[in-house]
Amino acid sequence: MQNNKMLGQITAMGLLGLSLAYAGAAQASLLDDVKARDALRCGVSSDKAGFSYLTDEGRWSGMDVDLCRGIAAAVLGDAEKVEFVVTTAKNRFTALASGEIDVLSRATTWTASRDANLGADFTTPWFYDGQGVMTHADFGVNSIEELDGAVFCLSPGTTSEQNLEDYFGRRGLSYRTVVIEKSTELYNAFQKGRCDAITNDMSGLASRRTQFADPDAYTLLPETISKEPLGAYVPQGDAQWRDIVTWTAFALMNAEELEVTSQNVESLREETRNPNIARLLGTDGRIGERFGLSNDWAYQAIRQVGNYAEIFARNVGPETPLKFDRGLNRLWSDGGLIYPAPIR
Amino acid sequence: MSSSSTVSTPEQTHRPAQSPPRQGGVQRTRRWVKRHLFPTPFQSLLTLVTLALLAWFVPRALDWLILSATFSGDSQADCLGDGACWLPVTQRIELFVYGFYPDTQTWRVNIAFALSAAIFPLLYLKRIDRRWVLGYLVALPFVMWWLLKGGAGLAEVSSTKFAGILVTVFLGVIGMLFALPIGILLALGRRSSKPAIKLLSVLYIELVRSVPVITLLFMASLMIQLFFPEGFTIDILLRVLIVLIMFTAAYMAETIRGGLQGIPRGQYEAAKALGFSYWKTMGLIILPQVLRNTIPPLLTQFIGLFKETTLVVVVGVLDIVGIAMSTTSAPEWLGLEHEVYLFLAMFFFTICFALSRYARHLEKQLEKSRS
Repeated sequence: MQNNKMLGQITAMGLLGLSLAYAGAAQASLLDDVKARDALRCGVSSDKAGFSYLTDEGRWSGMDVDLCRGIAAAVLGDAEKVEFVVTTAKNRFTALASGEIDVLSRATTWTASRDANLGADFTTPWFYDGQGVMTHADFGVNSIEELDGAVFCLSPGTTSEQNLEDYFGRRGLSYRTVVIEKSTELYNAFQKGRCDAITNDMSGLASRRTQFADPDAYTLLPETISKEPLGAYVPQGDAQWRDIVTWTAFALMNAEELEVTSQNVESLREETRNPNIARLLGTDGRIGERFGLSNDWAYQAIRQVGNYAEIFARNVGPETPLKFDRGLNRLWSDGGLIYPAPIR
Repeated sequence: MSSSSTVSTPEQTHRPAQSPPRQGGVQRTRRWVKRHLFPTPFQSLLTLVTLALLAWFVPRALDWLILSATFSGDSQADCLGDGACWLPVTQRIELFVYGFYPDTQTWRVNIAFALSAAIFPLLYLKRIDRRWVLGYLVALPFVMWWLLKGGAGLAEVSSTKFAGILVTVFLGVIGMLFALPIGILLALGRRSSKPAIKLLSVLYIELVRSVPVITLLFMASLMIQLFFPEGFTIDILLRVLIVLIMFTAAYMAETIRGGLQGIPRGQYEAAKALGFSYWKTMGLIILPQVLRNTIPPLLTQFIGLFKETTLVVVVGVLDIVGIAMSTTSAPEWLGLEHEVYLFLAMFFFTICFALSRYARHLEKQLEKSRS
């Protein structure tokens, strides 16, 4: 009877197993797999406003999502050929290592231990986040150093507490804390004026501020007190695939630098005399082919998704409820950290 | 009042069908109120306090939930009243129900929903041959799988398109129906006279029952993949479905074992005396009775499974709770957690309460047919 039970389970599995998906033999490169499947499987988060979330129509949207679309456009020529796989903070690296997803684009920080251990390789930072500080606008404070002696709202035992301690300690400044466990109450306490400032990830602070009754009564200070370079990870050991994802991100950033947008890319491709633009758009040289793509890879990505500035503005920029400042995510030529390697 | 009652008594005897029942009703109500609400001064006080609380709470709740609430509009800016803002739910109702299922194919989801809902009246209707019902229950998970996932004539739909109530119903119904045969076999195995079979069944049942389902889900999400050769992946939806089936089967086995124990010994002996084999005894005599008797507890188990499907959100499957969480973090609906979570609560309450009343009703029917 145990046999019967086993048999039952095996048959059930076999019948259900219609959907078993073979990602192909282990030796084949990911690029070939993606092309054969004609879809990019991208691991995202389902609830990070501005980075990856769902619109009312059930469409994926956000910075991380647009990177996936850009890669799909570069590799497959169509930004819509993405299958979004929801991952959690816990299973994201397993999903990547087991081949369930081709790219992990889920606001994941680039750290040494992750790059070294988890069967994953980092590509390039896509968004520089960091721990920031929000304070009441009527204080007229413009930098964290002016907050000497201020009262901070904190949740207990987090790395943000440690970072704040480091930052103030190094500068010989003092602060006091109000420690509250639950984040909703924490932000309520801040709004009610029980503390002068509150600290968390910049992106978290910005999205929380949009929920406040009067968002303009609070300012996000420009400095960050910890480093959180977020970007896409790919499975370890596939150099070609890693290059493709890295350079797709670079292509979108280069497009901003060269002032190529989704609007003008069509006409620029025909008539540009700038050799940098010609190389980016594939009318000069054969860079795409060397990646194993077609030469118009970057053109497709820019045309369908837009350049980095467009992606930023559309998802988290001043026109959106999140109202992020470009901050560290300005181009290097504007004093930011976005420094895409040249395409030539 | 006492005089009127004395007057009414003779009338009652004369014209029993007319006015007296009303007066009797008033009296009965009075008596009921006195006995249940105001028996002692302390109890009366409690009643009054409760009534006062209700009188304070219910109008406010109604006002917030319905009267001052906003039901139509496009964005949070349209929510001007003081009441609830139901727009994140109304604007996203398709996402909540169908997930990312292709618009042109949603009829398949509708049929699948209808087929699942049809199970419940089928259990009740006595005129229909039991074999038809059984056949329906056996075929349904396969039909649902085919309808929703596609293949054989229907366009294939990737599991990444599954989300919302669709996932909840898919996992709940298919999980339950696959767990049933496995649960029956496990229950029989546990009562088997062959030690190996008995031991294995007991081991399986006790092992699964003593592990929280969330642990098994994490196993499915994190570990199973690592055992397979690289590049070989099983759909995440299938993995969590298998976990839910295995888990429910173990619990179901215990329910069915209870039913088996309730069958008088004499029936087994009579079957043996007539020369019935083990499987014939079980299939023709014992199991039909057991299943009829265990329908109410099995329904209760289904309610449990239906609610447990929400745990899949921790491994990244977007069921209705996943969609709700995504909704509360979408920039345009930030700050409307209360409404969205209330909607979830109402969804689960409506379905689970209806099913539990239905299970109760079936139980009463059973009691009646026994006596």
